[in-house]
Amino acid sequence: MAIIRDVMPTFQLYQPTSVADAQKLLQQHESDALVLAGGLDSMDWLKDRIRKPKVVVDLGGINELRGIRDTSDGVNIGAMTTLTEVAQNAVIRQKYLVLAQASELVASPQIRNQGTVGGNVSQDTRCWYYRAGWPCYRAGGNICYADTPVGRNREHAILQAERCIAVNPSDTAPALIALDAKFVISTPKGEQVVDAEDYFVGPDLDITRMNILRPGYLLTEIRIPSTWAGAEFYFEKVRDRNVWDFPLMNVASAIRSSADVIQNIRIAVNAVAARPLRLKVVEDAVRGKPRNAVTGEAAGKLAVQGAVPLQFNAYKIPLMRNLVKRAISGVQEAAWAS
Amino acid sequence: MGILEWATSPLGQRVPIHIAWFLIWVALIAGLVFLIVHAIYVRYFAGEMDFASDTSTSETLELPPRISRHSLAARLFHWIMAAAMFVLLFTAFLPKVGIQFNWVTYHWIAGTVLTISIVFHIVHATFYLDFWSIWPDRSDLDDTWKRLQRFIGKRAESPRKFAKYPLENKLYHGVVMLSGLAVIITGICMMFRVRTIFFPRNPYLFSDMTWGLMYVLHGLAGVGLITLTIVHVYFAVRPEKLPITASMIVGSMSREFYLKEHDPKRWVIEGLSHPRSTEDGD
Repeated sequence: MAIIRDVMPTFQLYQPTSVADAQKLLQQHESDALVLAGGLDSMDWLKDRIRKPKVVVDLGGINELRGIRDTSDGVNIGAMTTLTEVAQNAVIRQKYLVLAQASELVASPQIRNQGTVGGNVSQDTRCWYYRAGWPCYRAGGNICYADTPVGRNREHAILQAERCIAVNPSDTAPALIALDAKFVISTPKGEQVVDAEDYFVGPDLDITRMNILRPGYLLTEIRIPSTWAGAEFYFEKVRDRNVWDFPLMNVASAIRSSADVIQNIRIAVNAVAARPLRLKVVEDAVRGKPRNAVTGEAAGKLAVQGAVPLQFNAYKIPLMRNLVKRAISGVQEAAWAS
Repeated sequence: MGILEWATSPLGQRVPIHIAWFLIWVALIAGLVFLIVHAIYVRYFAGEMDFASDTSTSETLELPPRISRHSLAARLFHWIMAAAMFVLLFTAFLPKVGIQFNWVTYHWIAGTVLTISIVFHIVHATFYLDFWSIWPDRSDLDDTWKRLQRFIGKRAESPRKFAKYPLENKLYHGVVMLSGLAVIITGICMMFRVRTIFFPRNPYLFSDMTWGLMYVLHGLAGVGLITLTIVHVYFAVRPEKLPITASMIVGSMSREFYLKEHDPKRWVIEGLSHPRSTEDGD
């Protein structure tokens, strides 16, 4: 595990009060700058002295990045909105419950009070070899220390591993994918809007990044369309302890059904690959099928096709199979109470 | 700014991890500068090629209209190797300059094709072709010395016409061979670090330092091949070299071109009645 050494390295702290100013700073300093949202991921890197940015751009003073706005076509969430605000927002609880559920299961109350939805989807992986500052692929080196005969890889990827086997630890990401959310990114060339699933990047495309944010880019807003408002939702997070822990795996689904037949569905899982995975093959397979255990079981089997277990994470295959099954058949015993 | 990237291993050892990627641009610019300088030199400064050797009428009369230069097997090898080399270069370096795609699988597949084709070439060239024709010999050195003297304005005899391959071609082959073997040998070892169909991953096959040096050698040879490929393509499309390039497609060159640049005593066409020369060691 990372060792807390002494004090954070020195850096210049900028606290802009507008997106435009933040954008200018990020453009000016590019890869020398570290973006600070809630700080819960960033501070680890700084305190462990693994990352030594010249400049830290603190987004905490930018009010336009905060808040949840109900619109005619859904809801817009500022990237700096805290997870507690998302979990407790009346509109989100009423129409997009899966996001409230996912937000409420992140870490602990204190962390949710400080952590932001933008930070949660943009956080770095928890692979301890990487976070310990070892020169692995993700850190720009030429080895994966976790993917070795003796590497501790219990929490690592079973799908889409490509040299790096780290996983994305976000809880809100699969919920946002299930809701067909759009991520709004401020770039030097203007605003860019991408589908939630396209925000994330696997090691096959870029082994050193978890998302499409490049130096100078800033996630400003998450837009949830009304398409799935009031749908039947399912979110489940499996973790080693029931509070304050990252997911071993999580699943989120949004289903429209009629007479117990699935009319439409979106389903995503996380912590199985370096990016949250939308299970399009499963969606196509179950559309038009009855929403029951048989369909769920078939979907679960389909979901794990191509999974490759590592030395210590074979359990993730039946886990994913069962989570997908429950997310589709809606097993009541899997429901949780906040 | 060094030419290597370094990191600290978990054991606290300072190890190289790969080359600095700006060397890609250095290699690219070096190749382009070479071709620009060469093209200017040929266009404005170089004189007509002047050869000493003469060809007897009897030899000329016996020659067929088309001189066979590359067998079908040799041509197939060349183009397969060329395709693999281009795939390897693009998959290796495009992601490093910002064009992101899933390159690893394509890279090791192309590397496997290149390795197989090189193994074939070694066997084919050793047992079925004139093995020594691509290696410099004493005549090449003598002629090069004469050409150098004439280049700097000193009096010297005219050099003889070329054997099957000019010295430049032979030297190029030697450099490509060294670079190619370097990337192939290191590349095969590096395949132990990724998931392939050939063998189980074993990233601990070598020490961190050995791995680091292997990545560095792979990278240096790789960027070297950028320059070498540019140079090769440049000569392939130069007007005076087109008959040679065409022969790599159709397998033969015209008798006129053969007689203009090649010495029948040094590159003996099989099946002719006059005795074979032993000058090239064949």
